[in-house]
Amino acid sequence: MYVIIVGAGKVGLNLARELIDKGHEVTLLESDRRRYLVVESELGHVVQYGDATELWVLERAGVQRTDLVIAVTGDDEDNMLVCQVAKEKYVCERVIARVNNPRNLQHFKLLGIQPVVSATDLILRLIEHEVPRYGLVHLLALEEERLEIIELEVQAGAPAAGRRVTEVELPQGSLVISVLRNGTGFVPTAETVVEAGDQVLLVLDAGLEDKITPVFSHPAD
Amino acid sequence: MGAGRVGSAVAKRALAAGYEVSVLDEDPLSHERLEESGGRTWEDAGGMFTVGTALEVDSLIEAGVQRADVFIASTDGDNTNLTVAQIVQRRFEVGKVVCRVMDPARAAWYAEQGLDTISPTRHAIEMFEQALGIDA
Repeated sequence: MYVIIVGAGKVGLNLARELIDKGHEVTLLESDRRRYLVVESELGHVVQYGDATELWVLERAGVQRTDLVIAVTGDDEDNMLVCQVAKEKYVCERVIARVNNPRNLQHFKLLGIQPVVSATDLILRLIEHEVPRYGLVHLLALEEERLEIIELEVQAGAPAAGRRVTEVELPQGSLVISVLRNGTGFVPTAETVVEAGDQVLLVLDAGLEDKITPVFSHPAD
Repeated sequence: MGAGRVGSAVAKRALAAGYEVSVLDEDPLSHERLEESGGRTWEDAGGMFTVGTALEVDSLIEAGVQRADVFIASTDGDNTNLTVAQIVQRRFEVGKVVCRVMDPARAAWYAEQGLDTISPTRHAIEMFEQALGIDA
């Protein structure tokens, strides 16, 4: 796969190293001269100097034949516009953008930039995963596919507690894909009994959360 | 949006021509550019001024984008202008959005996408070509 990465900061550089290790062809673009020279001493011709929001810089990097453009600069406007141009002008099928300020997420969506990765959001989700205060954690939302993966804690007295996975009454369009118990996770079989205190992972059609939460919560809650 | 040399001059001309004008800039000091020579303040002349970053939707709303007929993006940053112009066009459905883009290549492409772009660089190139007698 040929990948263009825009922004050779910590994220971009490490991403480039990983992808090169995995055998992919990578071009890294960096607009800061000093940063470029630092990265060039390690990666050589893989990194090119230039502002990727300029069309000729993208074209020089071979945007016409790229499989994937990843924009991970520290500037949301740059990330948005690079992805927009790659997608709409050069018909690059896959773009991934980094969102620095979560408040800008709405703008990425408005310009049709999907998917986006927000470090702040990821860290928030990790915190929610480690400190489950809210009961329900959104682990992953595949918006285009309209699927979500959520994590729920099974409360004592909940309709699902003490029942086999196959007997748990779930709405159409949802499935238990994993059970976390005593610190280890496993994929349930038909015989697996859901216990109070388990964390269950479910994949579901978007918008079904409200129907699923009661199955795993204490009725009084 | 953007009360630099270009933005402030256009704002003053528009106000003088009888339009209702609201200026948005992240630098409070840019307000000075809007003062009239006679010492009359921008507000006395009937203008509005908001300090804020246009990528923050709240600033746009405070500046009155929801009832705007025309939006001019004239900061010195192409990327800011292009991003905000598209937000204003798509989200607030302002009828006429004019956007300053120094980079002639992108100005041309975004113009094809339906954005009203003005490229000072393009104009400068044409002027120089004219001065040299080269046909564009």
